[in-house]
Amino acid sequence: MDLLLSNFWAYTIGGLAFGAIYALIALGYTLVYGVLRLINFAHSEVFMWGSFAAVWVLLALGAKGATGLGLVAFLIIGFAAAMAVSAAVALGLEFVAYRPLRKRNSPPLIALISAIGASYVLSEAMGLRDKPFKWFGADDNLADYVGRPREASPLPLDVPTVRLFYIFDYHVSNIDLIVLGSAIVMMVVLDQFVQRSRLGRGIRAVAQDAEAAALMGVNRDRVIRLTFVIGGAMAGAAAMMYLLKIGVTRYNAGFLLGVKAFTAAVLGGIGNLRGALLGGFVLGVAESYGSALFGSNWKDVVAFTLLVVILLFRPTGLLGESLGKARA
Amino acid sequence: MLLEVENLCVNYGRIEAIRNISFTVDEGEVVTLIGANGAGKTTTMKTVSGLRPVRQGTVRFEGQDITSTPAHERPVLGIAQSPEGRGCFVGMTVLENLDMGAYARADRKTPKIKEDRDRVFGLFPRLAERRSQVAGTMSGGEQQMLAIGRALMANPKLLLLDEPSMGLAPKLIQQIFDIITEINKQGTTVLLVEQNAAQALKRAHRAYILETGEIVREGTGQELANDPAVKAAYLGGDV
Ligand SMILES: Nc1ncnc2c1ncn2[C@@H]1O[C@H](COP(=O)(O)OP(=O)(O)OP(=O)(O)O)[C@@H](O)[C@H]1O
Ligand SMILES: [Mg+2]
Repeated sequence: MDLLLSNFWAYTIGGLAFGAIYALIALGYTLVYGVLRLINFAHSEVFMWGSFAAVWVLLALGAKGATGLGLVAFLIIGFAAAMAVSAAVALGLEFVAYRPLRKRNSPPLIALISAIGASYVLSEAMGLRDKPFKWFGADDNLADYVGRPREASPLPLDVPTVRLFYIFDYHVSNIDLIVLGSAIVMMVVLDQFVQRSRLGRGIRAVAQDAEAAALMGVNRDRVIRLTFVIGGAMAGAAAMMYLLKIGVTRYNAGFLLGVKAFTAAVLGGIGNLRGALLGGFVLGVAESYGSALFGSNWKDVVAFTLLVVILLFRPTGLLGESLGKARA
Repeated sequence: MLLEVENLCVNYGRIEAIRNISFTVDEGEVVTLIGANGAGKTTTMKTVSGLRPVRQGTVRFEGQDITSTPAHERPVLGIAQSPEGRGCFVGMTVLENLDMGAYARADRKTPKIKEDRDRVFGLFPRLAERRSQVAGTMSGGEQQMLAIGRALMANPKLLLLDEPSMGLAPKLIQQIFDIITEINKQGTTVLLVEQNAAQALKRAHRAYILETGEIVREGTGQELANDPAVKAAYLGGDV
């Protein structure tokens, strides 16, 4: 208790930063669920691939040691690489794992199995990543670097922690600011896009009534692809933030994060965009407080206890309604 | 001919919902399909709007074969449907629903949209009062009006109305039929499905009678309204 009280703002802001990462990944679960009524279990691997994309691109560009403006440029490149690759992997999943089943009107359970299978394939493919590099005789350095198949790959970027300003007694760092700032910007942009733009309305229309949406001229397949791309890009951004916070990634880094983000989505009300954001932040902060109160070994227990307790009282999650029904 | 349906067969799995039906709708007409529950009226409408795949036969719109055109491309051609059971976007406001109606229009960014919206509000003043209300919280009758208004926002050449009077109070039913006549006078062709056969036959130029998936009679609205067999089967003698 004393630990939490005397470091309250540190735990709060740390929790919010992790919550932002959960929230961004949770968006992908909730968006796809909204339009397809499908839990995209492979979304965790979309995140993980994004994290490796950032590591590899920065490594290939020799980002290590950069300072000043160069560092800023590499940060942006890292975000862009992670977002692009995650979006591409998510879209690939839709084409390979889901769309063919949908076209054959397969029952939802089959799609779920396909999702789990795809998740393993993506994860194991990354676990074995040194092999292809050796086959193709790629750049020795890069191959060395990724050639430790089951080990952590650190972010090849030196981001010094700079303390910027105080919130009460907590000295906010540049990393807190980058993570929370960019997450909030992306969330606001996405929220406005879904609420106001024509395509965003198309997404909501498909989520609420797919047949009626078709009658209005909304191309459902296009909307579905769009949700995979958006969800993927958000997971990619989360991957870069994760690297900034944690510093390393692994082929199985997606698993626990995916479970947490999925928890966040359910916590907020699966299918509800703002619910996913709220769920992410609530989960991040609760975990952070939990680790202060009971020790960091217990933070996952705290997270899932919270989920169970909230679902007992609010079975449809904090904000309840689906993506379809949520409104501006 | 605006719409030509030829030897159309549609199945749900093994069930033949409609068998070998042919009918036409000419520009400027109100044509109605009459039939008992389960006769295949909704299936026919959904097939014209592209929601149901065709097993056999052709659907032509303005002479163009659209049998395999996906549903979402048909509003662009000028086909709009107010579906059975309304199908409003329950989480969107009245205004957003109406905007969805204009989703496929090329001129959706021009002031023409506002004119059309005002036209819809003129036809259904209730919608104007409720413009910011979420559709899911509106009464069944209000949602029915919204569904019709939303279809009108597409500014269609052919308007498909599947039981537009369903769930409406008797006074409103009269109004809806007046509105249909009015819309038709303003130049929109209407294909109408109705349980209220008496009203539908009165308003329609021509009518087809569907029985278990087949067309068994056709004629002008007046002819059928005065036909003893039709009277006995669909008009319940109250005309
Ligand atoms: N999704 C479906 N799956 C299986 N059978 C269906 C489906 N939809 C309709 N049918 C069957 O097709 C036939 C025609 O149904 P349809 O909905 O077209 O009738 P309808 O004339 O519109 O009836 P109503 O007046 O009750 O609206 C019925 O026998 C119905 O049971
Ligand atoms: Mg029907």
